Amino acid sequence: MVSSEAAAPPRVVVVTGVSRFLGARVASRLAADPRVDRVIGLDPHEPPPALAGLLADVELIQADARAATGVVADLGAEAVVHLAVTSAPDPQHGGRAAMKEQNVIGTMQLLAAAQSAGRLRKLVVRSSTAAYGASFRDPAVFTEETEPRAVPRGSFARDILDIEGYVRGFRRRRPGVAATVLRFAPFISETADTTLTRYFAQPMVPTVLGRDARLQFVHVDDALEILHRSVIEDHPGTFNVAGAGVLALSQAVRRAGRISVPLPEGTLSSLAAVARSVGVGQIGLDQVDLFVHGRVVDTTRLVKEFGFTPRTTAAAFDDFIKGHSNGSSLTADRLEAAERAILDGVRQLRAAASSGGVES
Amino acid sequence: MSQDEYHKALPGHANFALPKEKPYKPLNGKRPIPEKPAPVVEEAPAPDPVDVWDQRVAGGLAFLRRRLAGAYDVDEFGFDRELNDSVFQPMLRVLYRDWFRTEVFGVENIPDTGGGLIVGNHSGTLALDALMLTTALHDKHPLQRHLRLLGADLVFRMPVLSELARKAGATVACNPDAERLMSEGELVGVFPEGFKGIGKRYSERYKLQRFGRGGFVSAALRTGTPITPVAIVGAEEIYPILADLKPLARLLGIPYFPVTPTFPWLGPLGLVPLPSKWLIEFCEPIPTAHLTEYADDPMVVYNLADQVRETIQATLHTLLEKRPDPFGR
Repeated sequence: MVSSEAAAPPRVVVVTGVSRFLGARVASRLAADPRVDRVIGLDPHEPPPALAGLLADVELIQADARAATGVVADLGAEAVVHLAVTSAPDPQHGGRAAMKEQNVIGTMQLLAAAQSAGRLRKLVVRSSTAAYGASFRDPAVFTEETEPRAVPRGSFARDILDIEGYVRGFRRRRPGVAATVLRFAPFISETADTTLTRYFAQPMVPTVLGRDARLQFVHVDDALEILHRSVIEDHPGTFNVAGAGVLALSQAVRRAGRISVPLPEGTLSSLAAVARSVGVGQIGLDQVDLFVHGRVVDTTRLVKEFGFTPRTTAAAFDDFIKGHSNGSSLTADRLEAAERAILDGVRQLRAAASSGGVES
Repeated sequence: MSQDEYHKALPGHANFALPKEKPYKPLNGKRPIPEKPAPVVEEAPAPDPVDVWDQRVAGGLAFLRRRLAGAYDVDEFGFDRELNDSVFQPMLRVLYRDWFRTEVFGVENIPDTGGGLIVGNHSGTLALDALMLTTALHDKHPLQRHLRLLGADLVFRMPVLSELARKAGATVACNPDAERLMSEGELVGVFPEGFKGIGKRYSERYKLQRFGRGGFVSAALRTGTPITPVAIVGAEEIYPILADLKPLARLLGIPYFPVTPTFPWLGPLGLVPLPSKWLIEFCEPIPTAHLTEYADDPMVVYNLADQVRETIQATLHTLLEKRPDPFGR
């Protein structure tokens, strides 16, 4: 019975990118699921000690993408979860060259391996809403069908386009494998540590002068839920994963109690480049593009297919604010206190003036 | 045969009657006969003027606090309703009421709920007519409905302008956005003439330009949204274009470089619009719900676009007759 087998959860799952936070969390959650027999974590780097606890029940194989070719077929993997997609160059791990090696070449080789793995039934790939590119003629809200109008400037966005191209090729060659591509909005949570969370955690936040990008976030816990469901259940296709609703960049900065410093786009780009070369700050062209154009996606398809609604962008961002209250200067509480103080001041002045009037 | 007998013999003469007078229709809320003044409602205690100011200060401070704390909502197109209602619209209303003395007709043609596509003529060098149309709708409609404008991508290319446009509820003129807004039940405003309309010479005033491919019609057909033509008189005179310096425009990457009686001679002062008298008329909506399957039929789309164009042109002529002097009261 092929149909019942296709619906059953895969018994052997290979997860790539387990040396990073998201990969480790997904792998540990899959390992804890009794329906999955074996979870293999594949990564060229050794997981940091902070994540080692999570990976107790996961078989770890340290292998670069090329060696992965043999591993996927030898293990008889039934599902491959590809999370080894880096969103920003890591200066300690070889910078942009290593990032491209991992994102593009790594995906290419992993998919080549998956293609020849006979027992494979499921492929889940982490993508990003950066796949929609950035153009001034873009519609305000992207559905999964929207094609990018211009090749984006950012390195991550270009990698994403390449990765999705490989997945399209894979789908053509292995139509029997249920391929799920998840286009995630930027991750956020109380503890998540990404380029964007570090950006919002600064006390002074540089923004682009004359632009107020519309942003969306997805809470890491919701992203994990969606990833888990797409391995255990069958959801072939491409899905936008984001929290409903929108925060304008200026609004997000204000909600976080930070102070925005608007800079002209050129100045911001060159300052960011200088900062990156010195090794502080990680604002790349990906972020500048995001701050100029903004990015909002339609998640109707996700909610319908998965029967799961991620928490709203505003709620996810509130969770981030909770974890980053130090460094904020203009918080809602302080503003409220200031408002009350001014009103009290006015009242006292008036009281003083009227009583003074009676005496005289 | 006498003359009476002869007349009776003519077909259809016996039952001839003069056409009935049409019932009068209030156009702008004023009735032809002066009404009795509304009974004055006795306001029990006249509020203490100081208390009114107290409330205003408190209201203003609360608004400021909400803005600074980011405690407001922005929709997926970037539209900021609170900012519109309390900042943009009051500012535009000064221009709308005191500078252009705008009169609005046919606002009853705009429904209280549900989507609508409002198609207007475009003129006036800078797209002030679009802003005035938004204000007219916000000011005259009983529910203060917001008009979501579709703008050229040039608007969204420019810093500052793009930010303001998004906050004011505009978005890029493309079918996905138009259809999304209309199916969410919003009123969408579109000017199919585009830059051909606002960049035309003064001598071409009130002559509608080409309507493009009628993309706005197919968007309306696909969502079954009624199309309401609107004619705007007055915008042509605010910055009359005498000449267009094409090479300079090309150099600056803009569609035209206008030379008006005041611009560029007076520098920034040339940006002050001439105080023409404005008339805006919303025509009867054209239903499209029965045409949904024809959204891709070029003949249907073209004919409908032509019908909209003819309606606007005819309404422009009748409005112009009502306004003999462009700068009159």
